[in-house]
Amino acid sequence: MISTTVTRKLLGSMCGFQTPRLTYAQSAATAILRDKEIIKSRELEKEELRPLYMDFQATTPMDPRVLDAMLPYQVNYYGNPHSRTHAYGWESESGMEKARKQVADLIAADPREIIFTSGATESNNMAIKGVARFYKAKKKHIITTQTEHKCVLDSCRVLETEGFDVTYLPVKTTGLIDLQMLEEAIRPDTGLVSIMTINNEIGVKQPMKEIGQLCRSKNVFLHTDAAQAFGKIPIDVADWKVDLMSISGHKIYGPKGVGALYVRRRPRVRMEPLQNGGGQERGLRSGTVPTPLAVGLGAACEIAQLDMEYDHKRVTMLANRLIQKIMSDLPDVFLNGDPDQGYAGCVNLSFAYVEGESLLMALKDVALSSGSACTSASLEPSYVLRAIGADEDLAHSSIRFGIGRFTTEDEVDYTAEKCIHQVKRLREMSPLWEMVQEGIDLKSIKWTQH
Amino acid sequence: MASSSRTQVLSLYRMLIKESKKFPSYNYRTYALRRVKDGFRENLAVDNPKTLDVLLNQARESLAVIKRQVTIGQFYTTQKNVVEGLRNVNF
Repeated sequence: MISTTVTRKLLGSMCGFQTPRLTYAQSAATAILRDKEIIKSRELEKEELRPLYMDFQATTPMDPRVLDAMLPYQVNYYGNPHSRTHAYGWESESGMEKARKQVADLIAADPREIIFTSGATESNNMAIKGVARFYKAKKKHIITTQTEHKCVLDSCRVLETEGFDVTYLPVKTTGLIDLQMLEEAIRPDTGLVSIMTINNEIGVKQPMKEIGQLCRSKNVFLHTDAAQAFGKIPIDVADWKVDLMSISGHKIYGPKGVGALYVRRRPRVRMEPLQNGGGQERGLRSGTVPTPLAVGLGAACEIAQLDMEYDHKRVTMLANRLIQKIMSDLPDVFLNGDPDQGYAGCVNLSFAYVEGESLLMALKDVALSSGSACTSASLEPSYVLRAIGADEDLAHSSIRFGIGRFTTEDEVDYTAEKCIHQVKRLREMSPLWEMVQEGIDLKSIKWTQH
Repeated sequence: MASSSRTQVLSLYRMLIKESKKFPSYNYRTYALRRVKDGFRENLAVDNPKTLDVLLNQARESLAVIKRQVTIGQFYTTQKNVVEGLRNVNF
């Protein structure tokens, strides 16, 4: 039996310490014991260089133009946008309504269909719980997928405890859903289908238009979590036949703490509010709308609309540059997610025979993550990668590179060079890599010695 | 393009570049420079006076935004980023 401390040390060996080579059994034990966090948080010293930011799926820096639009509402125009009796209220209201239109224009919706929220997590909670609870007398079934964001899956879990029936659709190895499987899953009592537009970990883009068509023909409401897609790809809610759409501000160079939910008016989608009170936002989301944040979201939307093609071209160019550099220099690197049906700015790579956490630690001057920020604290392999059928080992060795509006060629080149160097170094230290080089098939090895 | 508007365009371009270079943040600076250059290049062929007027006004607004944001950026500078000015990196 191997003690925890030994295992910790062994885990450490993959992170750069010189320790004796692992035996098979010990190596198996390292795979099991991943309950402790390796990467410790630490603030930068005064003279230290800042890491490069390559985690644009987690959040984006605010665009200076967005901050510029927000500042007047942070200093002078502080009125409550719902105050109807004075100029302070009116000017805030007009700022908020302009922002609502900017958001609506980006998805070809009517401004009256936009509800401001605190972010995509709230929007997702509101849409799923709100619609399900409103129609619960007749519609007891909800469909979602296994690769959804945690907040969608968790909202569904809550509904399960309230007596709803939830189907978690599996996805294909590319990360795409099977339309036929979705069609078969829809029952007469299905009230809502929730499928994310672009996955936050592997960047896969679902065929929303086909899904929308299918749901409309079956008379089922369709909700989509578009946090990663909104502002990055053209979206038309009428064309997609989406009934509810969650939107986030800080993924599109806007402020954190603001988002929106699109709720269709025709045919009307009704929902039970999560938050009760003053009846703001058509009674669906009571509470004062934070005018500066809403204005910031609106400004971010306008820039996204004007520069969508420009940004997309550049992000695609940089992503291809990164992939090409890494893949041409390193064998056994795998791109997770469908290479054609995806958002270019999200590059998820698996480096075989290297532990993702060790690589992240070795790449400490590049801000990267192994997946969703919400789950990256745990060393559990990503459930998204497991859902697309990635091997346990490959799921452990994955890293997500996020590229965005402010990424430069130099940053991509630095990241690629550093990554190649560190993967080579870690592989040289890895007994697994040595065995593979000697021609041993790792799959044929029995790791336990009982 | 009339010579008067040509002078205006060139002077605005120069001012935008000059201001953009002042962004203390590496990413904002490189983005602003790139966007200004690409923006002017995109509209190189424009000779309709009305369109030109609209574009010139947009450029003036952008200049004002950049000036304000540079000032704000200068109040809250941070450490330099890893790739800034150093390409001879020791791995």
